[in-house]
Amino acid sequence: MAERSGSGVLSAPTAPVGHAGAHSAPQGYLRRYVFSTDHKVIGLQYLLTAMFMALVGGGLAALIRVQVAWPTLAVVAPETYLSVVTMHGTIMVFFVVSLALVSGFGNFLIPLQIGARDMAYPLLNALSYWTIVPGCLLMLLAFFVEGGAAAAGWTAYPPLSALAEAVPGSGLGQTLWLLAMALFIASFTMGGLNYITTILNCRAKGMTLMRMPLSVWMFFVSAILGVLAFPPLTAAALMLLGDRHLGTSFFLPGGLVFGEEVLAHEGGTPLLFQHLFWFLGHPEVYVIVLPAVGIAFDVIAAHARRPPFGYRISVWATLLIAFLSMIVWGHHMYVSGMNPLVGEYFSIATVSITAPFSVLGINLIASLWRAKIRFTTAMVFALGIISVIGTGGLGGLYLGTSTSDIYFHDSYFVVGHFHLMIGVVTLMGTFAACYHWFPKMFGRLMDERLGKLHFWLTYVPMMAVFVLMHYQGLSGMLRRYYDHSMYAFQAEGIRLARTISYFAFAAIAGQLLFLVNFGWSALRGRRASENPWEATSMEWNTASPAPHGNFEADPVARRGPYDYAPPGSRQDFAPQWTA
Amino acid sequence: MSSSPAAPAAAPGRGLPVLLALAFVACALLIVLGVWTHGRMPTLASRHGASIDAVIRYLLVATGILFLLGHGVLAFFVLRYAGAGERGSPHASARTEWRWALVPVLVMCVLAEGGVLIVGLPAFRQLYVDTPADPWVVEVVGKQFEWLVHYPGADGMFGESRAELVSDARNPLGLDRKDPNVKDDVWTRGQLRLPVGRPVVIRLRALDVIHSFTVPEFRVKQDLIPGFLGRTQFEPTRAGKYEIACAELCGLGHYRMRGFIEVQEQSEVDEWLSDQDPAF
Repeated sequence: MAERSGSGVLSAPTAPVGHAGAHSAPQGYLRRYVFSTDHKVIGLQYLLTAMFMALVGGGLAALIRVQVAWPTLAVVAPETYLSVVTMHGTIMVFFVVSLALVSGFGNFLIPLQIGARDMAYPLLNALSYWTIVPGCLLMLLAFFVEGGAAAAGWTAYPPLSALAEAVPGSGLGQTLWLLAMALFIASFTMGGLNYITTILNCRAKGMTLMRMPLSVWMFFVSAILGVLAFPPLTAAALMLLGDRHLGTSFFLPGGLVFGEEVLAHEGGTPLLFQHLFWFLGHPEVYVIVLPAVGIAFDVIAAHARRPPFGYRISVWATLLIAFLSMIVWGHHMYVSGMNPLVGEYFSIATVSITAPFSVLGINLIASLWRAKIRFTTAMVFALGIISVIGTGGLGGLYLGTSTSDIYFHDSYFVVGHFHLMIGVVTLMGTFAACYHWFPKMFGRLMDERLGKLHFWLTYVPMMAVFVLMHYQGLSGMLRRYYDHSMYAFQAEGIRLARTISYFAFAAIAGQLLFLVNFGWSALRGRRASENPWEATSMEWNTASPAPHGNFEADPVARRGPYDYAPPGSRQDFAPQWTA
Repeated sequence: MSSSPAAPAAAPGRGLPVLLALAFVACALLIVLGVWTHGRMPTLASRHGASIDAVIRYLLVATGILFLLGHGVLAFFVLRYAGAGERGSPHASARTEWRWALVPVLVMCVLAEGGVLIVGLPAFRQLYVDTPADPWVVEVVGKQFEWLVHYPGADGMFGESRAELVSDARNPLGLDRKDPNVKDDVWTRGQLRLPVGRPVVIRLRALDVIHSFTVPEFRVKQDLIPGFLGRTQFEPTRAGKYEIACAELCGLGHYRMRGFIEVQEQSEVDEWLSDQDPAF
């Protein structure tokens, strides 16, 4: 498959751009490890930053679980609870998953896998990382200002997010939130432009687009989506800042009353913000889910010893998913008062995504057909991804169908669903990537026994937590409640709260195990050879860890990225760089 | 380096594949079983709700089958193709690959779009499109953190409201006493009486931030957007007491923004209403 060398846009440039092999590694600690322009160092910086932010986000998750399951303890006050929920969501989506998976592994893998020596714009790459650092700091700083951190939910709907009168967190905390998000988007856009340029211009000789690994394809599509979808949120953030501080009324209608005080705003509409937010918000789901799927394809191919089923079809399905993901944002707004006919359109478009997405699912499963599976930790995580995508994806139908969404909207069903898709799938993708590509980072292997334990402490408790939340949603339990005990109709759902919390604590403990394994293996892990998994794609054509400049000589791609079990050969695999 | 690779790190023991396959099967079975044991919805109390429940039941069956099938195949492949050994060529022809792509596309188009259009549309119509004959009309106004209920009174006309007249204690709706329609209007804090077996139209508006009017038993959820006059309609089919909850995060007291609905015979509602003091 994919042996054909195309022409036009499909043909690879003859000479890779980027700095030449003769270029020597920078000396000095600061230039080498802190203000580095090497994509691998930057990738690792993103990954470590995300791990740190994950400690904060995970801690907040634990707080939420304690409050929901034991409301009488009142571990946090109601206003703090809303800040905790808001910041947990924001940090996890943008500053953990996006950073670790898209920025971290995107940076680390793209040049290595396409046979480039670095990103197209190494300096821009460093700049994008150093833009996200103040973003993280501003986000964390918000916990310590008057009124506390933002409390309007990670979706930050105005008027709640626009007016300090509406909720304490809508004071300085919300301003910091908006500034941090603007920095995040600036950083992510720089990164996305860099990915697109690198993939289009810096591929090694012979590396046609259809010879790129699926992980690179998915990073590519994810970057395009990000660049197209994120700027509207920057606009929305600026408009919201205007409403908050400059007296504009983009999102604020006339006649708002707080404590008998009529506000001077006039003429805006809160729905505009929802459209702008979800125009980013929905593609963002695919921005972070697609790379996890791509990684699953790569990892499964290497450890199942066979090419992925339907490589070309998967590429086309991904492009179709990306296109559709841009025109379905309104499914977050079925009950917002949007015209129901428009809602019907969004419903029809939304559930049509299940067609190309289930093609990816079938291709993942079929990639095991007649395989010779090696059950490495990376592989079991990739298998777990298939199970979780199946579960979460099918749950999406209940929400994409406008009629049933009337019942499920803003219930725990939604919470369970999106955590499976953009929480568990993406985390497991990140983990599969860590276990698989660790040798290229540190020249060592991660501990397999700890890794397997980590898998069980991830898959089992996380599935339990988020599937049980679906049942809570079915029984009518609503999200973002400080205390559910007042309501008779929520009594059924709340019965499951403690069980969920116990599973959540187990899942969090499992992740600490991963951090221990990561740190210990980086220093003391078993030394890895150049190609410990006997894999075929280009990144295994260099030393472990990969040196500055990535490759000794300019690499040439002579075949597809997944030549496992090549017909007529006694060997089980034929690397991409071999004739 | 490619000719004699070091042994891959993972020992392909027999235990792990069995455990994994069992986990996938157990996960699938438990999830489906859980729908019976833990997925009970509040007892239905509205006419259009039957169609919403039908959609949910349809999805439970349709996705349940796909879910079991997918996990079954996954578990089988994990067991069957564990470790090395002789098996046929894993290479599939392009035709086979396209054929297998066509299967999920067709299945999902029929299943998912069928759910939206064939099973789903009737309920949507009842909720949004049909104009009910002789409805009971009432207004619900959301503010931090309570539901204000506004009845039009005997004249059937709602009096004017103005933001600058809002006074939390005496006139939370900001009713304009100069408007002749206001005289017989009645308002309550969170007490909504509805007649059983008669269509209800509820006008919805919010004074401060977005709220969402939710009654799970009625399968009703509709946002109240400041600046918009929204509406929702349904027909209560069971007399009894219900709770109104807010489904859209609206601030500190979001979780305690509770209202009460009492569904009674029309005559009882009328009698109760006539006992209430008019607004002015």
